[in-house]
Amino acid sequence: MPRASAAALRTVPPTDADATEDRAPEPARAVVSVSDLSLTYETADGPVYALSGVDLAIAAGEFVSFIGPSGCGKTTLLRCVADLEQPTGGELWVNGVSAEAARLRRDYGFVFQAPALYPWRTIERNVALPLEIFGVPKAERRERVRRYLDLVHLGGFAKKFPWQLSGGMQSRASIARALCFDPQLLLMDEPFGALDEIVRDHLNEQLLSLWRETGKTVLFVTHSIPEAVYLSSRVVVMSPRPGRIIDVVDCSRLGRQRPLEIRESPEFLAIAHRVREGLRAGHAYDE
Amino acid sequence: MPMTSEALAPPARPVARATLAEGNALPIATVVLTIVIVWYLSALLANWTGTFDALARAGNPTDLQAVATATMQQERPVVPAPHQVAAELWKGVFGFAPSSKRSLLFHGWVTLSATLLGFAIGAALGIALAIAIVHLRSVEASIMPWIVASQTVPILAVAPIVIVALGAVGIDGLMPKALIAAYLCFFPVTVGMVKGLNAPDRMLRDLMRTYSASQTGILLRLRLPSALPYLFASLKIALAASLVGTIVAELPTGAQAGLGARLLAGSYYGQTVQIWAALIGAALLAALLVQAVALAEAATYRAMGVRSR
Repeated sequence: MPRASAAALRTVPPTDADATEDRAPEPARAVVSVSDLSLTYETADGPVYALSGVDLAIAAGEFVSFIGPSGCGKTTLLRCVADLEQPTGGELWVNGVSAEAARLRRDYGFVFQAPALYPWRTIERNVALPLEIFGVPKAERRERVRRYLDLVHLGGFAKKFPWQLSGGMQSRASIARALCFDPQLLLMDEPFGALDEIVRDHLNEQLLSLWRETGKTVLFVTHSIPEAVYLSSRVVVMSPRPGRIIDVVDCSRLGRQRPLEIRESPEFLAIAHRVREGLRAGHAYDE
Repeated sequence: MPMTSEALAPPARPVARATLAEGNALPIATVVLTIVIVWYLSALLANWTGTFDALARAGNPTDLQAVATATMQQERPVVPAPHQVAAELWKGVFGFAPSSKRSLLFHGWVTLSATLLGFAIGAALGIALAIAIVHLRSVEASIMPWIVASQTVPILAVAPIVIVALGAVGIDGLMPKALIAAYLCFFPVTVGMVKGLNAPDRMLRDLMRTYSASQTGILLRLRLPSALPYLFASLKIALAASLVGTIVAELPTGAQAGLGARLLAGSYYGQTVQIWAALIGAALLAALLVQAVALAEAATYRAMGVRSR
């Protein structure tokens, strides 16, 4: 059902999204509900099946990773949820309404593959960007920016420009920007893909504790098995051509408190092994 | 980093240890010296026959040195020597009160005011057209061919028609010249700004989409700031084009004032030195104007906090 995320920002205008005919059927009231979703691109060389027959339901508070080789449609699926791509078949509900309606009422925060910070804005003004667009009053804007910069440990860098920050700090700034309007749903498209291992570990830890503290629902695209297993309550394994789900691996038995060392534990390795097996099974070697 | 930041922020060049060889002084001096030498040689060759004949008619000695010296001092040379032009420029700028009709400052100001007005009109029109083109596909399809066609019409043919037509309805003086200048200078601004407004990469545009930002919001917060490097580049071209447009507009109408009128008067009376002085004056004016845009560009980037050269 439509949750309080829109109400969190008083200034978000009501949209047609709340019209009743746009509601999902009763069983589909998960945060993200996908059934028989497909997306086909028509190209000069014939159709490309980016997604085919994808079924998935994600409940509130889950951390779900999508993993698979490039071209498996994991990013496409995330972009469909964000209404940045339009599926060509099947059903997709976000918070009980269509993806477009969810986007229009600003239900989710999106973190891209690159930090995508505006070079001419300071870090604090970058984080304030969505708040400015939503028309949040200046005083509240300042308060929220400070709170979320502190949350990602960038409190001392508010006045810096993006080029003055390291790649990891830029990533954190982009996460603060996605969080600052308090969406209950966080969509992350390989946000740490360009970072080195150490920085990535650090950010993974921070993201995990952030997820524990805020209880947000996270959809996380990655191509790293350890990252997926470490972060997630569930890992969705996908295969290419056509992009489809071949396995959904439950990771909740690792618990919610996960020190980095857990990655060497037998349970972790067993889960990682199953994910790897899934990837291998779905991978076509005849290319 | 996204592409836009690269466009705005080229890597800084280390200039701390710049010596004569590494710095700009030597290449600049070499080019200027080469131009002056070629100019003097051209003056010598172009004026040779006329000078030789004149000396011979007057019964003066016509040895090599005498003729060579005389080619540099003709009152109406085919090609005046650099020092003659420099002297004429000096006299034109400092020799008369700025309000005098013989002052180059007076004529320069007449041309400059029309240039700046035309530039303002042209730049505003160019930016407005670019914004329309970027947002409405139909505008691009319906207007762009006309814009391109407008630029293939020779301005020398159009200028007198515009001046005469506007004069017939009582509009004369500054405005007709400014309109011709604007006609020449909106085009580079339109082309540059269309490119610039479309410059932000996919990710930054997608980001705005996830915020359900309005077209106006995207224009103000993303497209316009991203377009600035393109804007300033096209403004420099537009300013030079505007000056050319103004001078062309001053040529065919028997205008009483302006650098164009000065060129025309010089050619009526065979005053080549005056023509060249007006030409060089116009070139210096253009250089100053373009430099002013460059300064505005640097100041804008500084104010935005973007790393600049």
